[in-house]
Amino acid sequence: MIQAFHRFLLLAAASCVVSLAAPPAAVAIGVDRPLPDPALEARARAIHKQLRCLVCQNQSIDDSNADLARDLRVLVRERISLGDSDAEVLDFVVDRYGDWVLLDPPLNVRTFALWLGPAALLLLGAGFAIAVFRPQRRSPEPASDALTPEERARVKALLERDGDAS
Amino acid sequence: MRLSYVLPLALFAVVAVALGIGLTLNPRLIPSALIDKPVPDFSLPPIDGRPDGLAAADLRTGEVAIVNVFASWCGPCRIEHPLLMEVARSGEVPVHGINYKDLPRNAMAWLKRYGDPYRRVGSDRNGRVSIDWGIYGVPETFVVDRRGRIAFKHVGPMMPEDMHQRILPLVRELQDR
Repeated sequence: MIQAFHRFLLLAAASCVVSLAAPPAAVAIGVDRPLPDPALEARARAIHKQLRCLVCQNQSIDDSNADLARDLRVLVRERISLGDSDAEVLDFVVDRYGDWVLLDPPLNVRTFALWLGPAALLLLGAGFAIAVFRPQRRSPEPASDALTPEERARVKALLERDGDAS
Repeated sequence: MRLSYVLPLALFAVVAVALGIGLTLNPRLIPSALIDKPVPDFSLPPIDGRPDGLAAADLRTGEVAIVNVFASWCGPCRIEHPLLMEVARSGEVPVHGINYKDLPRNAMAWLKRYGDPYRRVGSDRNGRVSIDWGIYGVPETFVVDRRGRIAFKHVGPMMPEDMHQRILPLVRELQDR
């Protein structure tokens, strides 16, 4: 019974995850341990926080327990201790996994729609709203409320006519 | 005047269709950064007990090749394995393997049990070379062109239609070039 349940779990795990079952824990690129130099370790941690975990997708590799995230943490520390600049380390990872791994993606040809799309849609919507809801002016309104001489004359004529009738 | 009523509707339709298509995409498929780039420089030893490791030079021989990343602990690898066996038997295109984070004896037992479709297999014990290939899950399968450039990558187990409708046609196209 228990064995059957284990088998079920195994199957369920195998079918819902595109693999990434934990490989034998003994093999890893290195040990996931902070660098002895606190300044370098702080830089490494800052980079870890900028890199998206490829397995869990919405976590940074700093947060993730995934095996690949651990390997990438170790790699980042390794590059930093070899003297790479932060930008070089990020480039190293982006070269392999693309802009996708950056939690803050850069603005470039492939991502311009991501960055500018919402603003463009908002502007477009605002433009249409203004065009549609602005009060319609079918005829030009008079410049002021004061009567023009012609109107004054007409009012006078009407009043005089009314005066005659009564 | 009529335009200001039709245009928002048309825009809405465009956005709705674009987002609708977005919903059908699989967010787990991350586009490879290595398409059209040369295979990374690497050299992997063979699995203990098997001849022929795999190195970048083996993929620059002027031959189109399939490179499959697998492991004995990977369940989905078993699903696609018969397809690789079929391709290997046909001899149409060489299939090479990268054995990801595997113990040699497990890998050898697995190949013995399910068949060994690979011409060369590099053993990537610590997964370092696989990171150079941009691998984030097993199985993954690459098509490498004559010049040793990565032409295509498939993530996850290949289904028969992936092999017969995408990968093999691409292999033939690259072979004819």
